[in-house]
Amino acid sequence: MASLNHPGDLKYSKTDEWVRVEGDEVVIGITDYAQDQLGDIVYVELPWESGENIAFEGKFGDIESVKATSELMSPLSGDVIGSNEELKEHPEYINDYPYEKGWMVRLKLSDPSQLDNLLNADQYLEYLQGR
Amino acid sequence: MSVESLIFEKGAPGRRAATMPAMDVPTELLEDLIPASLLREKPAALPEVSEIEVVRHYTHLSQRNFGVETGFYPLGSCTMKYNPKINEDMAALPGFAHIHPLQPVQDAQGAIQLMFELERYLAEISSMTRVTLQPSAGAHGELTGLMLIKAYHQSKGQGHRNLVLIPDNAHGTNPASATLADYKAVEVQSDDTTGGIDMGHLKTLLEAHGDHVAAIMLTNPNTLGLFDANIAEIGRQIHAVGGQLYYDGANANAVLGITRPGDMGFDVVHFNLHKTCSTPHGGGGPGAGPIGVKAHLVPFLPGPLPAKNAEGYYWEDAGPQSIGKVRANLGNFGGLVRAYTYIRSNGPDGLRHVSESAILNANYLRQGLSSDYEIAYPHICQHEFVATARKQKEEHGVTATDIAKRLLDYGMYAPTVYFPLIVPEAMMIEPTETETRESLDSFISVMKTIAEEARTNPEIVKTAPHTTVIGRLDQALAARKPNLRWNPGQEVTHS
Repeated sequence: MASLNHPGDLKYSKTDEWVRVEGDEVVIGITDYAQDQLGDIVYVELPWESGENIAFEGKFGDIESVKATSELMSPLSGDVIGSNEELKEHPEYINDYPYEKGWMVRLKLSDPSQLDNLLNADQYLEYLQGR
Repeated sequence: MSVESLIFEKGAPGRRAATMPAMDVPTELLEDLIPASLLREKPAALPEVSEIEVVRHYTHLSQRNFGVETGFYPLGSCTMKYNPKINEDMAALPGFAHIHPLQPVQDAQGAIQLMFELERYLAEISSMTRVTLQPSAGAHGELTGLMLIKAYHQSKGQGHRNLVLIPDNAHGTNPASATLADYKAVEVQSDDTTGGIDMGHLKTLLEAHGDHVAAIMLTNPNTLGLFDANIAEIGRQIHAVGGQLYYDGANANAVLGITRPGDMGFDVVHFNLHKTCSTPHGGGGPGAGPIGVKAHLVPFLPGPLPAKNAEGYYWEDAGPQSIGKVRANLGNFGGLVRAYTYIRSNGPDGLRHVSESAILNANYLRQGLSSDYEIAYPHICQHEFVATARKQKEEHGVTATDIAKRLLDYGMYAPTVYFPLIVPEAMMIEPTETETRESLDSFISVMKTIAEEARTNPEIVKTAPHTTVIGRLDQALAARKPNLRWNPGQEVTHS
């Protein structure tokens, strides 16, 4: 756990997504802890078409590692502005750069108050240690 | 042993295994028989090899196989347990091996009798009313069972029921089958202490969605190898809201002659004959996944079903409410003969002994490994248990995959790893009933050695296997950029 990186300027969900707030938009990916647990990511399915509405705690994609396939759950609701097309060819970015080149979707928030439910880095780390 | 080249890389142009006699009938031009647009422009790039080259090639490949007939194989009945040779003798009897599914019934009396009796044996073992032998394997049985449940609900004016409850430690086929049957799979949490169903969560789900629950799918004992002692209460609660209970029979190797799904309250059960009843299913098939049902579901069964009257055995057509056939012909007959043989050669006491030995062997291993590996749920287990490499990963960076690979160096196969999903670094170990005490001791000793290596020389575990023909493969690259097809003229490289 100590070697994992959870930047202080991001928000986190208990389902292991990180959120970077940029005005009324957010960028979402999965945390360093999540990618470490999943192991080598081999495939990711994201909402490739813009405009799709993602529900609060709704599914926004699937992620497959050498161990298992999991659903990606959104900690926020909003409309998809874009998804990281580079992950089609380079799913390993999620392992190697979870907070930069491994970002997944950009949403336009439909309810910014949902951000209040998210954890900060210290709270997330504490949550992980209690798991 | 060197790397075996592909059959396409062997031989020489024009080389043949057989010489065809001269044509003694008039020839027809291919172009006159098949439209030109469908003909190849140049001949297919087939191997051109002699008979001995073919034989050596495939013999060499077969020598690379590792299976339960070559060594210890802790995948257990989950994959395929040892297949007794008497099964093969019986399946090879000409009256079984050379029969045709459309043969007149008077010429196939023995085969129909075998299916008639097998159906009744399976019904007795599971405490069900009738059984269909048609489904091709477990997941096909699941789909068929859910289709029966759907037909039953529709017949009762309950067609709105759209949810199937599935525990978080279930086999992945359960939610897949539910989805295929046009149901929505809803996850039920398991209890952290017992490993069984979290009764509080079940109650919450039933209170919120009870009138939409079509069924619950359970494996008992579950994939943690633990028997859910609340099963009678679970059954009562599901039935109280109008749902049905589906028994995933993948772990039936633990219950033969000891308890029965029908007595636990289940309405439908599938058997994996290729697991429990020792029939082969190499290379993805052919398996056999009969399902048994309680009386209220019998009218919906696929037909025809084997029947008997004063003149002998015959096929009885399905009734008007049947969901229809789920497979061409009558099921995987070769597998049915082997399963019948297994049941008859063991008998009732022998089958119970199978499960008792499987349970004893699993607990012997669980106890033997518990000082070096964490056991996910350290209770008395059934036919299998789940150990975890959590400690090895945290302390030495050695994962379940690394341990699995290192086992190969010691001439043993690896257990199932990373399943069930709720246990991190899971190693699901199932020795089955056929292992001797010596082979169990030998596995414990190897696992202890690997645990010691993880402490003192973790690199040797992380880079295993070292003694196999091919070493550690890059499984991530293989999945990210699969390159599976040989193309004529393509440079072949062996790294």
